[in-house]
Amino acid sequence: MNKDFRMYDMEIRHAPDAGGHFDRFGGKYAAETLMGPLAELEAAFYASWEDESFQAERLRLLQQYVGRPTPLYHAEHLSRAIGGAQIILKREDLTHTGAHKINNTIGQGLLAQRMGKKRVIAETGAGQHGVATATVAAMFDMQCDVYMGREDMRRQAPNVFRMELLGARVIPVDCGSGTLKDALNEALRDWVASCETTFYIIGTVAGPHPYPLMVRQYHAVIGQEARAQCLEQFGRLPDVAMACVGGGSNAMGLLHPLRDDDIRLVAVEAAGHGLDGDEHAASMLAGRPGILHGNLTYLLEDAEGQIKGTHSISAGLDYPGVGPELAAMYEAGRLELDSATDDQALEAFSRLAHTEGILPALESSHALAAAMRMAADMSPDEMILVNLSGRGDKDLDTVMQVFGKDAKAAAGGAA
Amino acid sequence: MSLDRLQSCFERCKAESRAALVGYLTAGDPNPATSEKLLHVLAKSADIIEIGMPFSDPMADGPSIQAASERSLAAGTKMHDVFHLCLSVRKARPEAGIVLMGYANVAYAMGYEHFAEQAALAGADGVLIVDIPPEESGDFDAALKAHALHSIRLVAPTSSVQRRELAAKTASGFIYYVSLTGITGAEMGAVSDIRTQVDSLHNQSGLPICVGFGIKTVEQARSVAAFADGVVIGSHFVSCIAEHAGNESAMLAALDKTCAAMRAAMGNGSKP
Repeated sequence: MNKDFRMYDMEIRHAPDAGGHFDRFGGKYAAETLMGPLAELEAAFYASWEDESFQAERLRLLQQYVGRPTPLYHAEHLSRAIGGAQIILKREDLTHTGAHKINNTIGQGLLAQRMGKKRVIAETGAGQHGVATATVAAMFDMQCDVYMGREDMRRQAPNVFRMELLGARVIPVDCGSGTLKDALNEALRDWVASCETTFYIIGTVAGPHPYPLMVRQYHAVIGQEARAQCLEQFGRLPDVAMACVGGGSNAMGLLHPLRDDDIRLVAVEAAGHGLDGDEHAASMLAGRPGILHGNLTYLLEDAEGQIKGTHSISAGLDYPGVGPELAAMYEAGRLELDSATDDQALEAFSRLAHTEGILPALESSHALAAAMRMAADMSPDEMILVNLSGRGDKDLDTVMQVFGKDAKAAAGGAA
Repeated sequence: MSLDRLQSCFERCKAESRAALVGYLTAGDPNPATSEKLLHVLAKSADIIEIGMPFSDPMADGPSIQAASERSLAAGTKMHDVFHLCLSVRKARPEAGIVLMGYANVAYAMGYEHFAEQAALAGADGVLIVDIPPEESGDFDAALKAHALHSIRLVAPTSSVQRRELAAKTASGFIYYVSLTGITGAEMGAVSDIRTQVDSLHNQSGLPICVGFGIKTVEQARSVAAFADGVVIGSHFVSCIAEHAGNESAMLAALDKTCAAMRAAMGNGSKP
């Protein structure tokens, strides 16, 4: 293997059991029709993972096409303004397409090719996973259909156009609440009917086994790079690592490679308008274990097991569940939870823009908000590593609406 | 089961040289009161009544049954209503087979043991949960067994030989063969293919084989009834509710008529 790839660890650590369970979570709660295709996918994934030429091609694309390794940046100005711990940013916002999502779609896209599938489908919330899927489908010359809730299409219109420019068809989803969970339902319904010819590229570390494992392995480059970069740039590992969590792909990507180190791992859930009501998306802080979309995990549901509507200003976090491995890490005491409201995320967005000249995605702004709060109570020789999972350009419409098109007020109000 | 109604249902149909009509409606659709009347109409013609438990995210269902779940939940249907409706059908038809059908999270939220207890008290004979495959069914099957409930299993065109064996080994009551690779209410596959699959399942398992998903016309039902032990009609019955929304008497009349037509298609006395 190329020497540039030495920082990547190809061993599958903390694997689930043979049925895809992480402790009591995960599994394969799927309709019978999908059980065969899931077994085929699992076998193909493991075989490809052991195949050096497959891995070399994956890493080559991550390097030359995605732009990995992404930088690790010490946000000195922000850290100084807070006056506490040093905040270090893993710059996934600098990847091609502007978010971490493409690490996974490169992996699954290559796997789809290897399995001879000519068509890929995906669900998307904020549109980042849809864009990342449409991007690799264009590069690999595969037909691409993306399911997206109608409400999300409205909120993320530029991303809809981006997907269409890349040659994908965006299919509006009207059932349920017209958001990410409903898009996932529709994609599953498509796959149940098309599994012989179609590869379903799930965008997060959820769904039936092997998806949570597979997506985590494809995103583990984030944490593996960050770990090596921390040692190289600062001569030490961080004290805390933090990431926002909706389904949990950027969180698992950063945190999984750090879980055997003596580092506090923190997942930041979307508290929307506050955790006391129903208008949030904090499935671990405010939910309980249940079964949805093929896996047992923490869900936001009513007393009867009906899945609740969620709210977050960030479409990418607006999901009523969480990856099963995160649920297991939380129950085992290896993962701490925190949350940030819409307003706190917006404030963090403004503050990073003002102090560092970086516009973070609203998803990542949740992690930043929690990091800034935590940093204030820590000493300047401590370090918090934050996954800056995406860039904020896609959120400008949302932010403009909130700040009334007065960018000066946005920056000034938060400074 | 002291009295195995499902087995008796299939034996009775066999004695009449016909297939069993397995009819599905979602409980509480369009509201619990009308749903009770609809289920009673269905129970006049159907040998086995499948009562759908509404769920917010019915991933294996097509638009017709998705809409049924949405209508039911919007009308405020709760699980105690589902069990009440089940018991009401049981009282009206002591000899009919009744199967509760739905998604895992509804049973999981109640606790499998409590769910099974309530289902048994409501007079159900079996339970079919779409997203609990044999691999995940240990605790659930144990709870069903403790309350003498059958665990119905699905077999799909994509199920391997090993999976068919697994289903044959772990199922009881009957095996539900999914006639198409897709969601409920889609286009049915070729009858000859379905027949090949059902014949091979008959060789693997002594259980009755019912065929469902996508059977919409009397002709399709008749052709499948010629070789299957039971024919499941779901979306087609449910569509009577959407077509006559707001007009209960028209809804009941339409369902009665279409149920009777499907019942006639089961091949009275004509099955070899």
